[in-house]
Amino acid sequence: MSRTVTVVRPGALTTVQDLGRPGFAHLGVGRSGACDEPALRLANRLVGNPEPAAGLETTLDGVALRFLADAYAAVTGAPAPVRVDGRPAPWAAGFGVRAGSVVEIGPASAGVRSYLAISGAIAVPETLGSRASDVLSGLGPAPLRAGDELALGAPGEPPPPVGFAPFPAPEDELVVRCLLGPREDWLLTAGRAALGRTAWVVQSASNRIALRLGGPALALRRGELPSEGLVLGAVQVPPSGEPLVFLADHPVTGGYPVIGVVPEPDVWRLGQARPGARIRFLPRHGGHARRSGQAP
Amino acid sequence: METERSPRPSAGGAASRVVGTHAVLLELDGLEQVWAYAAEAMRRRAAGQLGPASDIVAGARTVLFDGLADPAAFCDELASWSPDPAAASSGRLHELEIRYDGEDLEVVAEQLGMGREAFIELHCAREHRVAFLGFAPGFAYLAGLAPHRVARRSTPRTRVEAGSVGVADEYTGIYPRASPGGWQLIGRCDAWLWDLDRQSPARFAPGDRVRFVPAAA
Repeated sequence: MSRTVTVVRPGALTTVQDLGRPGFAHLGVGRSGACDEPALRLANRLVGNPEPAAGLETTLDGVALRFLADAYAAVTGAPAPVRVDGRPAPWAAGFGVRAGSVVEIGPASAGVRSYLAISGAIAVPETLGSRASDVLSGLGPAPLRAGDELALGAPGEPPPPVGFAPFPAPEDELVVRCLLGPREDWLLTAGRAALGRTAWVVQSASNRIALRLGGPALALRRGELPSEGLVLGAVQVPPSGEPLVFLADHPVTGGYPVIGVVPEPDVWRLGQARPGARIRFLPRHGGHARRSGQAP
Repeated sequence: METERSPRPSAGGAASRVVGTHAVLLELDGLEQVWAYAAEAMRRRAAGQLGPASDIVAGARTVLFDGLADPAAFCDELASWSPDPAAASSGRLHELEIRYDGEDLEVVAEQLGMGREAFIELHCAREHRVAFLGFAPGFAYLAGLAPHRVARRSTPRTRVEAGSVGVADEYTGIYPRASPGGWQLIGRCDAWLWDLDRQSPARFAPGDRVRFVPAAA
């Protein structure tokens, strides 16, 4: 019996994700991976997979798959109705699926991205050590299309007896830390005050690359910043003055000042912020300067 | 005195600061120093001294180290590095043929106040250096037009074909795959730039040298 699933309804954007491909930024390749990493890890635990295994990440409206083999499945992340052959199945809990059944994740009632883990994990070929689909670079498998067939790996241990894992639901107003730097000195005084005072609104142009925020334009120093490396969670202010927060598929370099970084685990919560959600930053003084090299 | 929030590079030296919770940004005086530190970092990573998941990103004036378990301790460690500028790069020379038939060639020549033929001559006379990679897998920023600087297109193209050669600021770049792009297109180049079947999938590494030759018509 072939251990595969076929795609009945791909949803708006459903991709294979694991924990990404760190270590290749010097080639221009970003890390990618699940936008809400704890949700993927939990889904994998619930079906007995290693936490970093590849699962599916949906976007707002879920996915439907026909299982061609018996397997365990679990759905975490953005809460959504889960059905097996039309009958309700649990969310954030493992459940058994018989060969021939259709598992459907419906529209998310909150948040953006639901995660589906299947025992044995998605076994598409790896690219640079990862199965993650990077929408910026095009590395990894293409987003799911109707009729696609996805191979599953051999199931490992049976799932743990834990039936349900408590998991926080995504929020409509998120308060996240913002560790200032490295270029917070590009913000003029008024901009600095506005950063923490504003309820930023998530724009619909947001995607796996970045959350685009709407609000008052932050006043910036004039000038050009030479391109420099970007990290996950970087809060960048382009000339428009409206900040972006970089998510999993961010570019490895950028030419606009990064005034702060949203640290893990807060950045995973931003991976669930839907258009219209409000975000508040708690600015904190982050890194401190050191001197090195040949300096006296 | 340096303060917590304003690192200042000193002559011949370097200032580093923690970025977020897992990264350190090292500020340097110029590209030669950037390449020297990036090469030293790659050497140490290969020797297992940086952790396998660490990322090293050369910028125009900076090197970013990401994926660090203890960035504050890494800042202290950086102080003991004394990278050899001579080891900055293999300095491999790539000679690449370009068909200078890009849609924006006239615009670029006009911006720089020269004729189209003069621009092609300038572009081929210069030795370009790979400053850093970014934007897309295998996309290299080739520095070599200074002091000339080319302005980007005010409206980026939604699609630029793979192999297109663009210029912006003092840089030349060759698009490894089709993507949106805002650089002025001056021609096309058929050389491989990114190939996952190779042991090192990117053709260019920071510090490499590039010369362009006009393809025979």
